[in-house]
Amino acid sequence: MMLKNPLIKKYAYFGLIPSIFFLSILAYPFVQGAYLTFTNWNGFGYTKVIGFPNYLHAVQDPVFWSTIWFTVKFVIGSVIAVNAVAFGLALLVTSKLKSSNVFRTFFFIPNLIGGIALGVIWQFIFNNILTGLSHKFALPFFKSSLLGTTGGAYWALILVTVWQSSGYMMIIYITGLVSIDNEVLEAAKVDGASALRTLWNIKMPLMVQAFTISLFLTLRNGFMAYDVNLSLTGGGPFRTTELVSMHVYNEAFSYGHFGSGQAKAVIMFIFVALAALLQVGVSKRLEANS
Amino acid sequence: MSQLIYQLKLKKKAIFILGVVLSLLYIAPFLMVFLNSFKDKFEVILNPLNWPKVLSLYNYRQAWQEMNYVRSFLNSLVITTLSVGSLIVFSSMFAYFLQRNRNKFTKTTLFILVASMIVPFQALMIPFVAIYAQFVNLNNRLALIIFYQGFGVAMSTFLYHGFIAKVPREIDEAASVDGANDFVIFWRIIFPMLKPITATVAIVNTLWIWNDFLLPRLVLNQASQTLPLSTYGFYGQYVQEYGQLMAGLILAVIPIIFLFIFLQRKFISGISAGAVK
Repeated sequence: MMLKNPLIKKYAYFGLIPSIFFLSILAYPFVQGAYLTFTNWNGFGYTKVIGFPNYLHAVQDPVFWSTIWFTVKFVIGSVIAVNAVAFGLALLVTSKLKSSNVFRTFFFIPNLIGGIALGVIWQFIFNNILTGLSHKFALPFFKSSLLGTTGGAYWALILVTVWQSSGYMMIIYITGLVSIDNEVLEAAKVDGASALRTLWNIKMPLMVQAFTISLFLTLRNGFMAYDVNLSLTGGGPFRTTELVSMHVYNEAFSYGHFGSGQAKAVIMFIFVALAALLQVGVSKRLEANS
Repeated sequence: MSQLIYQLKLKKKAIFILGVVLSLLYIAPFLMVFLNSFKDKFEVILNPLNWPKVLSLYNYRQAWQEMNYVRSFLNSLVITTLSVGSLIVFSSMFAYFLQRNRNKFTKTTLFILVASMIVPFQALMIPFVAIYAQFVNLNNRLALIIFYQGFGVAMSTFLYHGFIAKVPREIDEAASVDGANDFVIFWRIIFPMLKPITATVAIVNTLWIWNDFLLPRLVLNQASQTLPLSTYGFYGQYVQEYGQLMAGLILAVIPIIFLFIFLQRKFISGISAGAVK
């Protein structure tokens, strides 16, 4: 019998099926996809390896560069805004109020809802409610929809992303905040440290791990954002608010550019991987120092 | 002293008011959608902020029919339940094997799983569709459930692995002395001890799969649409019918909100447990 070795037998029972799923569904398409970018693949088959033309085609596309630039701006903006708001909410909810559980629930609710519904909800808010408010009270802002211009749509995307994911990140920060030993905080109080000083010098260094996780998640979500982008701006006006996910999707499934589309997907992966490694590396160093 | 207490009370009050204002901001969009879900399209455009003139369920009836609500809801329910259930089974067993048999192979496997969590779905969706469209009829709910195993197994296994490391090996050993085999040890003794992390795995994956749009969009056709797909389809067709669109949105978000209301504590503690790894 081949299964004589008890370890192999155990693996066959406990790990074989998930391994097959992982390898065939995630690993193989990923590796094969990277290989295909060096061939003349047209979505159905390929006849020869051609080298770099797909990448050349990708980097020569000006729309791709403006997409990358817009995505980088979106990632930076959303990572900063989501984490700042989430940390603020976590502080508010942990400030020993009776109603903090209710607040926590409200802040979390948008996170339950998928990006498509959220995008449609906010499109209605931007196009009808805010402009309605502006009319009614003769406000100097929101006279026309934020979604009408590229700059406005950028802030709309950030706002909706904050609203969507700050509640989730808040819970990660709450976990960090409540894990801090109370004695340390008491000692700081006895020493007469101000609330701000305690926050900056004691609480934040003691919860670096929460920052590491939350920053990693928001970074990854930012690069992968698709649903809200699709239903809120649809990439408009004039393809100026297309994030990289939507660009790659359209390249392949709307325009049929499979080779260069996949080359762009690989470039996207390299961006995500570099940003994630950089961020986790910096955070780990901070964790080691604190 | 009384001055100090007064100040402290004032500060508490200020924080409380801030909390109330922020909470309102977080749910205001839902209230606006709800308010407008009873109006006809002209009323929505003319008076988006007013109370509806008449309380009619017409919009809801329309949305219910046009979204094929019952069918999409059941599709979402079946796909999410079966996917999350099998993810729990497969990844808990896999993690148990990897954690209890530490050698070069299992360590490398774990490393590959963790590293794969960086890979965005978009980085492989094009070859994924191209490869699998040749072999199987992608348009099939069972295929989608299996695909979720492939995309979800890494993170779930990683979560279980961290938790199982804290379960003492002596428990397995005592059971194996009593003559129980590996399956029995795992399912009868170890798995029940993993409840907290099972809750995390269930919640995180439910939120992901229930709301997932891109993969089902690539894979499913009209008849097996999930709720996010039918919401988007409805939105595309009824973009002018604001009132009905709002009713459709309410219908789309209600199931998961209900689930959350019943399992609120589990949700919060589950995410919190997943955060400290």
